[in-house]
Amino acid sequence: MRHVLSVLVENEPGVLSRVSGLFSGRGFNIESLNVAPTPDPETSHMTITTFGDDQILEQIVKQLRKLITVVKVIDFSAQATVEREMMLVRVGAEEGAREEILRLADIFRCKVVDVGHSDLILEVSGDQEKLSAFLALLQKYGVREVARTGTVAMRRSLQPEHKEPA
Amino acid sequence: MAKNGAQILLECIEREGVDVMFGYPGGVTLDIYDAMPAFNIRHVLVRHEQGAVHAADGYARASGKTGVCLVTSGPGATNTVTGIATAYADSIPLVVFTGQVPVNLIGNDAFQEVDILGITRPCTKHNYMVQSVKELPQIVRRAFYIARSGRPGPVLVELPRNVLNESMEFSYPDEPVRLRTYNPNLKPNINQLRRAAKAVSEARSPLFLAGGGVIMADAGAVLTRLANRYQIPVTSTLMGLGAFDGTSPLHLGMLGMHGLYPANMAVSKCDLLIAVGARFDDRVTGRVAAFAPNAGIIHIDIDPTSIRKSVAVSIPVVADCRLALEELENLLEKQEVPGAISSREWLEQLEIWRRECAANPAHVCRAAAGQNPVENPAVSPELSTGFIRPQTVIETLYRLVGAHEDKTIITTEVGQHQMWVAQFYPFSRPRTLLTSGGLGTMGYGLPAALGAQLARPDSLVIDVAGDGSVQMNLQELGTIAANHLPVKVIILNNRYLGMVRQLQQFFYNGNYQAVGMEVQPDFVKLAEAYGLDGYRVTDPSVLESVLKEALFSSKAAIVDIQVEPEENVYPMVPAGSGLDEMLLA
Repeated sequence: MRHVLSVLVENEPGVLSRVSGLFSGRGFNIESLNVAPTPDPETSHMTITTFGDDQILEQIVKQLRKLITVVKVIDFSAQATVEREMMLVRVGAEEGAREEILRLADIFRCKVVDVGHSDLILEVSGDQEKLSAFLALLQKYGVREVARTGTVAMRRSLQPEHKEPA
Repeated sequence: MAKNGAQILLECIEREGVDVMFGYPGGVTLDIYDAMPAFNIRHVLVRHEQGAVHAADGYARASGKTGVCLVTSGPGATNTVTGIATAYADSIPLVVFTGQVPVNLIGNDAFQEVDILGITRPCTKHNYMVQSVKELPQIVRRAFYIARSGRPGPVLVELPRNVLNESMEFSYPDEPVRLRTYNPNLKPNINQLRRAAKAVSEARSPLFLAGGGVIMADAGAVLTRLANRYQIPVTSTLMGLGAFDGTSPLHLGMLGMHGLYPANMAVSKCDLLIAVGARFDDRVTGRVAAFAPNAGIIHIDIDPTSIRKSVAVSIPVVADCRLALEELENLLEKQEVPGAISSREWLEQLEIWRRECAANPAHVCRAAAGQNPVENPAVSPELSTGFIRPQTVIETLYRLVGAHEDKTIITTEVGQHQMWVAQFYPFSRPRTLLTSGGLGTMGYGLPAALGAQLARPDSLVIDVAGDGSVQMNLQELGTIAANHLPVKVIILNNRYLGMVRQLQQFFYNGNYQAVGMEVQPDFVKLAEAYGLDGYRVTDPSVLESVLKEALFSSKAAIVDIQVEPEENVYPMVPAGSGLDEMLLA
């Protein structure tokens, strides 16, 4: 099962390798890992997408908490969250195909961020499913390059009644 | 007063109560050595940095204090890695200081530069690089705090050379160390303990499993009170031996792959297992699905990651072992349980297993049963081959020193001899068996023995070794000689890497490959070369008298005992089997 973890860490050299080393050293999976600063200059925020059964996830969370540089770990799987990922795609856009691609881009609420003679760069954000669907639709035009941020997530303010806040 | 980094470092180390450190100098740590005479810290010069870490580890295990090492950058630092990983696996508090090239050269592939933080990240509890002298006092204090609190472990501090010769105004900070991200939970959750107390009082065939955490947390006394009062038998992991009186009729001995028959049977049949400060290593559980199949498990451990890592647990208690057991004692007191919790059938069954075991020619539970060896005419000190039985050596050793067991410390290397020590020497005091349990580091015992001797100068410290393992850190005989440490090294010499040979015998049709140790030094002459006493025993009839002479002389000694080459360790639980599927002969 896929899990999204929110991990607040102290912003110091080596902290990323402590976290990533923990995953590789213990044979845990990382699907995506996003690291970015927070408003507090002393901390950074990581969003880690991983998968495993409940026992493995429990170990991952406990092992992360055990790292001295980790401030806080939240497993979002028991909560209603907003998940987003941003992707840049360079897609082939020869004469004739361009119109169709722009229509698709419009439907997926993408932005055209760069125009070349024979390709476009599109910026799209959404959850994983949307990004995968969009990529699938672009295949026939020739997807030349993809850069993705990995998932970021935030807990929704209003939780459905059956879901307890962590 | 203005002081340089080296002086500040040593003052901080001294303030932690450190009186001995183990080290080896090099180019980037010279400032520290220059400052050393002004401080009350004994520096013990080892012969190899791995020896320094094992010695500090032995010092820490024997004393309960934090062990300290000081080594140089590059190869000095990489040589510590095995020692650090050994301490990490067994949760031993160490602070290892390594030199480093100056900050402005880091990343330059400078002479003797290595990324020791990167290398040791997975085998330290935490590690630090000191970037400037301003950070130094706080980092040293944090390092000691992290090393010894919670589940203890090694912490490495990297000291770039420029940090050691920069100066600043310094007075020692007095406020306690606080870390916002690290605050180990010591107190047990009372609701969980209530459930635990209920489960204990309702059990018919309960069993304590004592791990190294019992020793670490000084929980042996309360464990003993609980076991005795409620007649609950105790089995121990290798790391837990000595936490509970090994001569008590309630002690079943070590469990696991080479665990004793009554212990492995009891785990397999108990209805409640109370695991304290143990982490269910694969060598302890055997096949997990067959482990304690009828039992609910109460698991008390200070490290939340130990819980539910390999074995499902019905009642987890994350807490200091001593505090948790004391609270459990209070709760049971309130329940007014009249006497024994173990049923009469359970206690009788334990006796039956003991007797079955004693009748076995491998007689693996004589010592475990705690009483003097059962008189068994089938068992003589030598085998029909005329060789000395290695097990007899351990029994003889115990006969000679057992009466002074609180002043006797046994270290071991890793292999068959280690298991025979665990099986045949009934440890009864905490911190008297120092052995590499988790990592299984051959070469641990000799340097650990010298560290232990420095921690406990009035104790008799004995390294029980194999002829293979002892050769892995032989150079530390020099440290033993230089410091006049009366350490005894007893080599069970079978001219094989015996444990590997045993595995090849059982599982590879006796295809012995790369296990012969036919060529080895003359250990008697080797001892003499270092100015120590050397003895060799080949004749079973003089075993006791020679051992006695070596043990009770005031000098360090090596006793090379030629034992049966192909003796095996029994019981043995083959990989993938349950604990009750032991090979007994």
